[in-house]
Amino acid sequence: MGGYAVFIWASYGLAAVTLGGLAALTLWQRRRARRTWAAVNPRRESAP
Amino acid sequence: MHRFANPARFQRIARRILPFFAGATVLFIGFGLYYALLGSPADYQQGETVRIMYVHVPAAWMSLFVYASMALSSAVALIWRHPLADLATRAAALPGAAFTALCLATGSLWGQPMWGTWWVWDARLTSVLVLLFLYLGYIALVDAFDDPERGAKAGSILALVGAVNLPIIKFSVDWWNTLHQPASVLKLGGPSIDGTMLRPLLLMALGFTCFFVTLLLLRLETALLDRKIRAVEERVS
Amino acid sequence: MSLTSRAKTAKRRRLWAVFAGLSGLGVAAALILTAFSDNLVFFHSPSDIIAGKVAPERRFRLGGLVEAGSVQRQSDGTTMLFRITDTAHSVTVTFKGVLPDLFREGQGVVTEGMLNRQGLFIAREVLAKHDENYMPKEVAEALKASGQWKSGQGNPGTSPAPK
Repeated sequence: MGGYAVFIWASYGLAAVTLGGLAALTLWQRRRARRTWAAVNPRRESAP
Repeated sequence: MHRFANPARFQRIARRILPFFAGATVLFIGFGLYYALLGSPADYQQGETVRIMYVHVPAAWMSLFVYASMALSSAVALIWRHPLADLATRAAALPGAAFTALCLATGSLWGQPMWGTWWVWDARLTSVLVLLFLYLGYIALVDAFDDPERGAKAGSILALVGAVNLPIIKFSVDWWNTLHQPASVLKLGGPSIDGTMLRPLLLMALGFTCFFVTLLLLRLETALLDRKIRAVEERVS
Repeated sequence: MSLTSRAKTAKRRRLWAVFAGLSGLGVAAALILTAFSDNLVFFHSPSDIIAGKVAPERRFRLGGLVEAGSVQRQSDGTTMLFRITDTAHSVTVTFKGVLPDLFREGQGVVTEGMLNRQGLFIAREVLAKHDENYMPKEVAEALKASGQWKSGQGNPGTSPAPK
């Protein structure tokens, strides 16, 4: 890969961190919203 | 239009298609990564560094596609007052900003070894930086309002105004002298990229698109829940 | 008491909102305008210089192809002398420093510097430009062997890329 392997790996690493972080944040936000909904509205099932 | 506006109906549909898009994301990115890193040749000029393209270009396409979607749903929200459109615009903003940042960062990592510089102020690079500021400006603006409806309205106007930037980004490399090279895939006369390199590029682009749809469905579901929670809290207080 | 303070924070938030929106647009507009003023044309071609479009003793960017057979290393070992051509005209460039890897004869480059009174371009920075064609080495060689190779296509200074 010449002397540039570090640039290639950095790109793929950055992509993994960015997209992985985005997925984790989205799932965490959904989980928090579901819990709050279950708390404020205990009469129904947790899912709306 | 309002036929799809019913949140319960939307959620039924979303639940059904979510696993499909999540699976397609894993499949496309999995095969895409194989061809990007192992199953494709080095470039005749750039050598192995060309592999950065398989991340950089899909991220760049997504940054444009997501913004175009946001502009469209902003228009729908402003004109037809579709109740899901505001939420969709908002749900797409953070993923869009992330794709744009990824595009700029990987572009920098590609520019340093190939051009000899991390950054230049040419028309293409500058207009993509403006796109990142538009995403961040939209998020800041919408979050700054107490009343979500007014925030969404202001955000929709910003998203629509900013859409002027999209054709500037796309055609900057044709209209002006830039350090950035012209388009390789979406151009008249067909792509000037070898089939062995086009395959990982398209697989990754499809993977990124499915990833975005998956995120959007999840974020919309969250937004609908948040809206219900707010409604309950307002009734209580 | 709580009502007035609440109204106050609401007002502050609205102010913040207007400020955020305006500054976002302001930054965007300023960046676009900076780009428009002198960077939209990121570089000039040798023909621009011959036509007198560029004032001497002023810094600007010169772009084009490195003329085949023109690259010489000066006796001090670090100064390079080469000619940049747009196939119609060419300009001699001198540069002291490290050249990017993609720099080679026939390759597109963008250099930054200024013309001296003798018409020699003294470059302070040399960037390599690559074209929009991507292919494996074997394909490039096969194209060259079969005579289908278009040299310098899509490179700066030459006519716009074939559409």
